[in-house]
This record gives sequence, C-alpha cells and structure tokens, in this order.
Amino acid sequence: MRQTLYLFLIGVSLGIIFIKSEVASWFRIYEMFLFKSFHMYGIIGSAVVIGIIITYYLKKTNAKDIYGDKIIIQPKDKGFIRYILGGTIFGLGWALAGACPGPMYVLLSSGFISVFILIFGALLGTFVYGLLKNKLPH
Amino acid sequence: MELIYNTWPWYVAGPLIACVLFLLLIMGKKFGMSSNLRTLCAIGGAGQFSDFFKFDWKSSKWNLWIVFGVIVGGFIAFQFLTPQAPQIHEDAVLKLKEYGINSTNQSFLPLELFNIENLLTIKGFFIILISGFLVGFGARYAGGCTSGHAISGLSNLQLPSLIAVIGFFIGGLIMIHLIFPLIF
Repeated sequence: MRQTLYLFLIGVSLGIIFIKSEVASWFRIYEMFLFKSFHMYGIIGSAVVIGIIITYYLKKTNAKDIYGDKIIIQPKDKGFIRYILGGTIFGLGWALAGACPGPMYVLLSSGFISVFILIFGALLGTFVYGLLKNKLPH
Repeated sequence: MELIYNTWPWYVAGPLIACVLFLLLIMGKKFGMSSNLRTLCAIGGAGQFSDFFKFDWKSSKWNLWIVFGVIVGGFIAFQFLTPQAPQIHEDAVLKLKEYGINSTNQSFLPLELFNIENLLTIKGFFIILISGFLVGFGARYAGGCTSGHAISGLSNLQLPSLIAVIGFFIGGLIMIHLIFPLIF
C-alpha cells in the first residue's frame, strides 16, 4: 500500500515536470528536431549526466533497494537492427505526435480529445508489433 | 512563487527527472513508460493473439500507478500551475507558419493538429492515429522509449540504447524535414 502511494506520488511529480518544463509540448519537440533551442537537450542531457553518476554509484557500491535486495539494472539484449529500425520508427512518431509515451499520458489532462486517439494509436502499434514480432528482423 | 508558475528551465527539469530515476532504482523498479502500453494490451486480452502479451503482467502493475500519477500530475499542472504556451525559437515559428500552423506561442499544443474540428477530418484523424501507432510500434520494436533508452539506458552506458537514440533522431529528422512538407 505504501509502495503504491510512493509510486503514485513519483508519477504526480513526473506529470508536473512534463508540463512545467514543456517537454510534453509538441512545439518543444519540433524545436528540438530543428536544433533551434538548447531546452530539450539540456533536460535530457543533464538527466543523463546525473543519471550516469547515480547508476555508476549504485552499481559500484552494490547498493540495495529499500527492500534490502541488490539493485540490478537489467542490460538490454545485444543487437543492432531492432534498435536502429525500431528507434527510427519511434522517432517518426515522436516528431509527428510531438510526444513520447510519458508525455502522452500527461496530455490526457490537457483537455484535447485527440490525445485519446493518440494513445489508442500507441496501443494499436504495440499490439501490431506483438503480432508481427516473429516476422521482423531483430 | 513565480518560479513555480513560469516555465521550468532545463537545469531544474533535467535533475528532477534524474531524481525520479534514482527513486525508482532504489525502490527496485525501473524507469520505462512505454512498457505500460504492453501491459495495457495484455490486460485487454491481447495474449489471445500473440505470445508477446503472455507475460506476467501482474508484476508490471506497479508501473500503472506511475501512469495514473502522471495523469493526475498533469491535471494539477494544467489546473493550478498555469502552464503557458511554450515560447519557441522565431525560426521555428516562421517554419510552422508556412505549414499553416499559427497557434505557435499561443497554445500548449498546435490547435491545427489537436483541436476537435481537425480530429473530425479524415486527414486530421489519421495523422493523430498514425503518429500514435508509430510511437507504440517503434517503442516496442526498439525495446524502449525516451525514458527507457534515452534516460535509463544511456545512464547505464548501454550501447543498444545509444543506437536506439540515434534511431530516434534519424526518424525525427526525416519526419520534420522530408515528411512535414508533404503532409502540411
């Protein structure tokens, strides 16, 4: 119960960050792909730099989580094709929708009905990937 | 108070996102937003059609609480924290004008794409649906999205995540430079 509350509160914070930093705005994504502003690069870049330090520290110290289990960060499988092709398809969608999955959820609260169709599309895309998974090069 | 009501600068938002990553890691979780789409498909019964959705989704249910929180957080921000229309670079504003998008610097999302009148046109509907489809399909194919690859994956210095992020940019640049002029 307490864990659920913590996760919910982390989500609330994240939702507020997405809106107040404008990463959930279509316009910011467009501006990013035009390389016209440092804003998005600063956000992702600083998150990654601090993230590298955090991840390194947790691994180096064999840190345990709050339940006493060792923190394990599951590495992604090796590969190339799935990452470059999947990434490119994702990028096409990211630039057109102006939102990646996290910001999509937060935009449900924006009052634009279109966001429901957007998320329906994302669910459909996920579903179709599941159908085609074995036929795609990975 | 002004700090809260104005646009949060990158050096506030980026470190806060890193904090979220840290909190999730010490809770024994991971930061990944698109995997919720798979979980939702599984809950909806997609396992009848593909083994990809036959996984222990109950162990992923925790992540849906984050999604619920994100939606509530968005509600709080939109209702009480006065998000303004993002003020973007002048060159971007002019480029969008050429495409007939004039709500730049006046709205959080482009009205020409997201308002209900546009959704009720065939073209407008399919632009929204297909863009969502590409995000969902691409995220699962690549095994992660911005949170899983760009933030968590790069933080863990994973090569696959770097390849995926390069892909994100290849796709994004193709979209705005080659496809936008065709569809707008």
